[in-house]
Amino acid sequence: MPRSAAPGLLIAFLVLIAGLLIAFTVGRYPVGLADLYELLSAKLAGRAANIPAAMENVILQVRGPRVVAAALVGAALAVAGTAFQGLFRNPLVSPDILGASSGAALGAVLGIFFSLGVFAIQALAFAGGLVAVAAVYLIGSAVRSRDPILVLVLTGVVIGSLLGAGVGMIKYLADPYNQLPAMTFWLLGSLAATGVADLVPLLGPVALGTLVLVALRWRMNVMSLPDEEARALGVPAGPLRIVIVAAATLVTSASVATAGIIGWVGLVVPHIARSLVGPDFARLLPAAALLGGGFLLVIDTLARTMAPIEIPLGILTALVGTPFFIWLLSSVSKTWS
Amino acid sequence: MILEGRALTIGYSDRTVGENLDVQLAKGEVLALLGPNGGGKTTLLKTLLGLLAPKSGEVRLGGRALLDYTDRERARLVAYVPQSHSATFAFSVETIVLMGRTAHGNLFSRPTAQDRAVAARALERFGISHLAERPYTMISGGERQLALLARALAQEPHFIVLDEPTASLDFGNQGKVMREIRALAASGHGVLFTTHDPNHALRAADRAFLLREGVRIAEGTVAGVLNRAQLEALYGSPVETVADPVSGAVAFLPGWTDKPGE
Repeated sequence: MPRSAAPGLLIAFLVLIAGLLIAFTVGRYPVGLADLYELLSAKLAGRAANIPAAMENVILQVRGPRVVAAALVGAALAVAGTAFQGLFRNPLVSPDILGASSGAALGAVLGIFFSLGVFAIQALAFAGGLVAVAAVYLIGSAVRSRDPILVLVLTGVVIGSLLGAGVGMIKYLADPYNQLPAMTFWLLGSLAATGVADLVPLLGPVALGTLVLVALRWRMNVMSLPDEEARALGVPAGPLRIVIVAAATLVTSASVATAGIIGWVGLVVPHIARSLVGPDFARLLPAAALLGGGFLLVIDTLARTMAPIEIPLGILTALVGTPFFIWLLSSVSKTWS
Repeated sequence: MILEGRALTIGYSDRTVGENLDVQLAKGEVLALLGPNGGGKTTLLKTLLGLLAPKSGEVRLGGRALLDYTDRERARLVAYVPQSHSATFAFSVETIVLMGRTAHGNLFSRPTAQDRAVAARALERFGISHLAERPYTMISGGERQLALLARALAQEPHFIVLDEPTASLDFGNQGKVMREIRALAASGHGVLFTTHDPNHALRAADRAFLLREGVRIAEGTVAGVLNRAQLEALYGSPVETVADPVSGAVAFLPGWTDKPGE
């Protein structure tokens, strides 16, 4: 297995660039690569671009925020998935394992139910994710067990299904003509309504959480060993796990608040990243971020171009993710050993 | 510097595993911990490592309570070699050994060039430099055990605690690991290891500590403590002693005695 990281990181970088080019050029209003280059060089040189105003508008105003959001959300979900898989020493876990996604979903659905504004809905989704993970963590820690990680994961599953019941109840009570479609659309994941104003509440938490994880990259390597071993190597595994879970949850919640529930990215992308650059978090985190961004850009481009109507992102990622997961299960020993 | 447990009651919140245990380990000596399964070996090991708080009594390291050390402070003095295991992720052998340097850096640091030099020396010492780039998950059990020993050495500790270092190794690797244990003591480390094989204690240790159902049955030099009567009492099973008439070396065979009724 190749251990040199440079080619792997280069491939991941090229995937992101390819994703960006595809996302900017493909769509109902096609944009040529030459036009894109002209706009970019004109903006860098500070002159007016020699392309139609409508095209400039499509690139900067219509696609721009959505492309940035897709890259950020994809990167965020992949980084969070990478962190959770390392922390729980299990390549089959994903960012929603501790209830982050279902908590955020309940928050957002409540916001839609009470007809709150977009920002209030995002804030509720965000708070829901953090509260759900905190609850899972407190309950998991209160249960004394020899295998705290298994308890934590099982608590996450149980709390997740309780929150799912809450979501179901609110959908049942919701106005079927106005609220229910909005809830359903949001629960399936979409970037269709993303504007420039959505980028700041997304970028801030994603950058903060990612920075924390990158700063702890070597300690995260050690923490993928059993707890007692990590402690014997001088890493305070208990307190550090709280910090890493908080950072990964922050990143996940911000993505869910912006784009709704998009499954599978946080499960699939870390695997591909690991096969490219190996398990060392110093290389794995950047590789996962680049690949995740590129992956979701392609998925989001498909979502808005495949059919006359927008296809929810969660449906497309599930179509990719389910076969991948089955393949992963059947070749499990080969991929991570 | 001495690692010692005084009047230890060991166990978990819901049960007590052993009581009134005193253990001392000095630098430069090897202590073997023997006893049947479920007798408290692993619990005592974890207590002496500071990973498990004693229910009463105290573990002291260099005159200070072990529980007062931070994980990082303790890791610079005491290294733990767990049973050879498979890792979840395919870290290279070099990365695994570099993890031994973690306690020498701060919370955010990565291994430095100096850390790499220490790790390279540790790999060299155990003769596994050629495995440095190989994934830890793709090497044999014996090689993994050597990699974990190299990691402990890279930690530059005063004491090394090993949990069944010879279990699941082939005969040749068992010998190699016992040789390395002697070499670690010769270079000034205090070494504590658990084993299921009294012959390994006899061969690699200076002293032996016999633990049955949480009670110390005997403790002393291996020559003084490891004999047929003690081992039969420890394991509750007949033991045969064989001796080499030329060298005088003694070994034990489990299961039955040579002459029934003797």
